Amino acid sequence: MGFLDNLFGKPSANHAKNRLQLVLIHDRVNLNSATIELLKDDIINAISKHIDIDPSSVRIEIEQQGRSQKLVADIPIRPHSGKKQ
Amino acid sequence: MAANVLTVTSGKGGVGKTTTVANIAVALANDGKKVVCIDGDIGLRNLDVILGLENRIVYDIVDVVEGRCRIRQAMIRDKRFPELFLIPAAQTRDKNAVSPSDMIRLCDELRAEFDWIIIDSPAGIERGFKNSIAPADIIVIVTNPEMSAVRDADRVVGLIEAEEKKPPYLILNRIKQNMVQRGDMLSVADVYDLLRVEVIGIVPEDENTIIAANKGVPLAIEGKSRSGVAYRNIAKRLCGEQVPFMKLDVDTLWDKLMQIGKGN
Repeated sequence: MGFLDNLFGKPSANHAKNRLQLVLIHDRVNLNSATIELLKDDIINAISKHIDIDPSSVRIEIEQQGRSQKLVADIPIRPHSGKKQ
Repeated sequence: MAANVLTVTSGKGGVGKTTTVANIAVALANDGKKVVCIDGDIGLRNLDVILGLENRIVYDIVDVVEGRCRIRQAMIRDKRFPELFLIPAAQTRDKNAVSPSDMIRLCDELRAEFDWIIIDSPAGIERGFKNSIAPADIIVIVTNPEMSAVRDADRVVGLIEAEEKKPPYLILNRIKQNMVQRGDMLSVADVYDLLRVEVIGIVPEDENTIIAANKGVPLAIEGKSRSGVAYRNIAKRLCGEQVPFMKLDVDTLWDKLMQIGKGN
């Protein structure tokens, strides 16, 4: 693996950095991906009651700002179709 | 005089905390500062041997806390520097023999007489760590450019934030520049990106560290080796001086031949 990675220009420090980035986020906020999925479902349900959204395009992610984390939700709204709700 | 209490900690063991404490202490003492080191690693003391003072221990920190001696009696004077002292850890007790408030009281008693009180924290995040950071004005985290050391350092930063201490500083130790250049070791920039803690020291991997420990003579005393210079620079930065970081170069074949030529 190491040899092939080196051959194709993927040094191991990149792996280390990418893996650590994920590990540190989860260590810091104590939140796993299963919890985020549950949260995502709840948010979709809550918002869908009032606004027409496409559940498959909703993204919920933890973003880093310095040493602090924030939860970022990207929820595209479906264009108004003129139909009555 | 009102001493700064500096605590050196890391989370992970074996990253170079004790070596860092010993070197910063001798570098500060060399610059004319009055320094006392406290070994916070009760049960696993080592700062005494790194400083070469192991044969002179009579009393230790637990003797002071439990009232068997006065603080002065537990302070070993380093003969190389008239104003450098060590308060050793007890070897036959455990971390619970001392409490965070004991450490605060001890440091308050020493503050008037010294410029620097340097505490060598044990590895881990339990009692010994809590004892060591309780009196700290400045906290320095030592880490290596390596997965588990960086992860543990991040945990420690989180715990320090939770204690509402001032933001800590980072010393990145044991950098192998040839591995960094090959892309097989995290660089200083990578580690800073991950931890977002202000870097106060960059120390290259140096075989001389082991030789220095063998002799009980910290490298910063002579300051000829690269890591000795790095520790002296850290001491200067702690005193508020602006010192640029040294360039980490990889020895070329020519450098190596020259060293052989010089008989090194």
